[in-house]
Amino acid sequence: MDALAEWFRTLYETTGVNLTIVYDAYDRQRFVSGLGMTIYLSTASVLISIVIGAVGAWAQGSPLRLLRGLVNGFVVVFRNTPPLVQIFFFYFGLSPLLPYVEDMDGMRAPLFSNVQWAIISLSLFAGAFNVEIFRSGIEAVPRSTIEAVESLGYGRLGVYLHVVLPLALRVCLPALNNNLVNLLKTTTLAYAIAVPETLYVSKQIWTDSQNVPTMMIVLLLVYVGLVGVLVWIMHRWERRLAIPGYGQGAAR
Amino acid sequence: MTGRPLAVLLPVASPAPRSFPKLTLVHCVGIVGALALVGGAAHAQGAPAAPSAFEVIFKWSPLLLQGFLFNVAISLLAMTLGTVAGLALGLAQIGTNRPLARVAWAATQFFRNAPWLVLLFFAMFMIPFQFRIFGYVIPFPDWVKAVIGFSLPVMANVSEILRGAVRSLPSGQWEAAESLAFSRRQTLWRIILPQCVKRMLPPWMNLYSLVTMATVQASIVGVSEMLTLTSEVHAAEGGRPELLAPLYGFAMLCFFLYCYPIGRLTQRLERRFNVKS
Repeated sequence: MDALAEWFRTLYETTGVNLTIVYDAYDRQRFVSGLGMTIYLSTASVLISIVIGAVGAWAQGSPLRLLRGLVNGFVVVFRNTPPLVQIFFFYFGLSPLLPYVEDMDGMRAPLFSNVQWAIISLSLFAGAFNVEIFRSGIEAVPRSTIEAVESLGYGRLGVYLHVVLPLALRVCLPALNNNLVNLLKTTTLAYAIAVPETLYVSKQIWTDSQNVPTMMIVLLLVYVGLVGVLVWIMHRWERRLAIPGYGQGAAR
Repeated sequence: MTGRPLAVLLPVASPAPRSFPKLTLVHCVGIVGALALVGGAAHAQGAPAAPSAFEVIFKWSPLLLQGFLFNVAISLLAMTLGTVAGLALGLAQIGTNRPLARVAWAATQFFRNAPWLVLLFFAMFMIPFQFRIFGYVIPFPDWVKAVIGFSLPVMANVSEILRGAVRSLPSGQWEAAESLAFSRRQTLWRIILPQCVKRMLPPWMNLYSLVTMATVQASIVGVSEMLTLTSEVHAAEGGRPELLAPLYGFAMLCFFLYCYPIGRLTQRLERRFNVKS
């Protein structure tokens, strides 16, 4: 480890490529924690947004007009407004209107921290897209299948949970995959509300060490790498869930 | 995907869901109601003498709308620049020159998978604020750099849309053109690309609405567009925290009113062209 650090120090002295995140313990720790925050943000919002998508798509098929209208309104609004303004609206706008709670030291603290607001707004943003994605999958499940399940005595929720959703998920995985990649990229917006994720710590590092070009390349590579990992995971999942003889599942 | 009927699933009509629910009067009432609720809550918390949120927004709306127009201008410029560059990159991607196609493919994937905000930072920090050519100084103000920053992901996405459109055409088109003694270049320009325009239009419009919504990110790197002006207006009104929700709500409303019709139109075109992406 020391030899590696020494090598990067020489690299800096000879070529000017200043990778402080490798040889400087403080910068390295900052960068790794930033990376961890990005992964935490994306994992949490990916999971919550999938739940929002599944629940929203279920509510869209509800016999209640009001519920359907609410879900449609949510989808339309969140799809057609900038995610950054959504984050600001929640964090700066809504947060002061919510009641305050007492934290561990007995101080007045907002109900949700900036990290939590970032997760909430990112999940809602991606969830609005997921509702539509799941709905398109649900449309692919034939009426006769649902009737067959109903004849076995399943209720509306049972039909959805045990038959419709598992089938719909397989159909809409490619689109879901796309949206989740988008979500991972959107986590950078949490920078704006000072969530210490990769972009935020990188900016701190390049301000301290004056190595903008190097950090910029590192940053781009890190994100392309993260997206690569996510795509790889989703492709594996897609293959696992593929229905034999259906669609592209057989071809691949 | 045609052929024998499937046991459990219908063939996928269109893998990418683009349609979204129609906005009815009920939704309008709901949206206005929600805004009024937020505004009302803000009003209730404000001091009695202070102007209400509606008055503040009304007073400052010319400035805020000017900021919004700047956002639209940035998006239009970025889209133009990105489309031109993206078409070139896309043509390189489907070209016969193998090394060039590989490079174009790699560039497309790279810029498509990098977050917009990071690319914006990239453009902001890596492009000098002015260029010197033959003694002439060409200044590069922040917003021009922002336009370039936004056009990078647009370029990659347009390149991918073009490739997708060309690949979605049946190979019979190429073969038929070849049998009529068209050269590759003629086939591409006279037969393939004209058919692609129709297929590319809906995703291209979708991309435009994404760019418009992304332009607010320029406020993070110091371009004074609508979001920057919003926070300045908030400061000018005494920085009352309860004003922020209505102000950002107003920004959301502006973008919604601009992007929603584009989305509806995209959907209509998609249905009319019956494009299977």
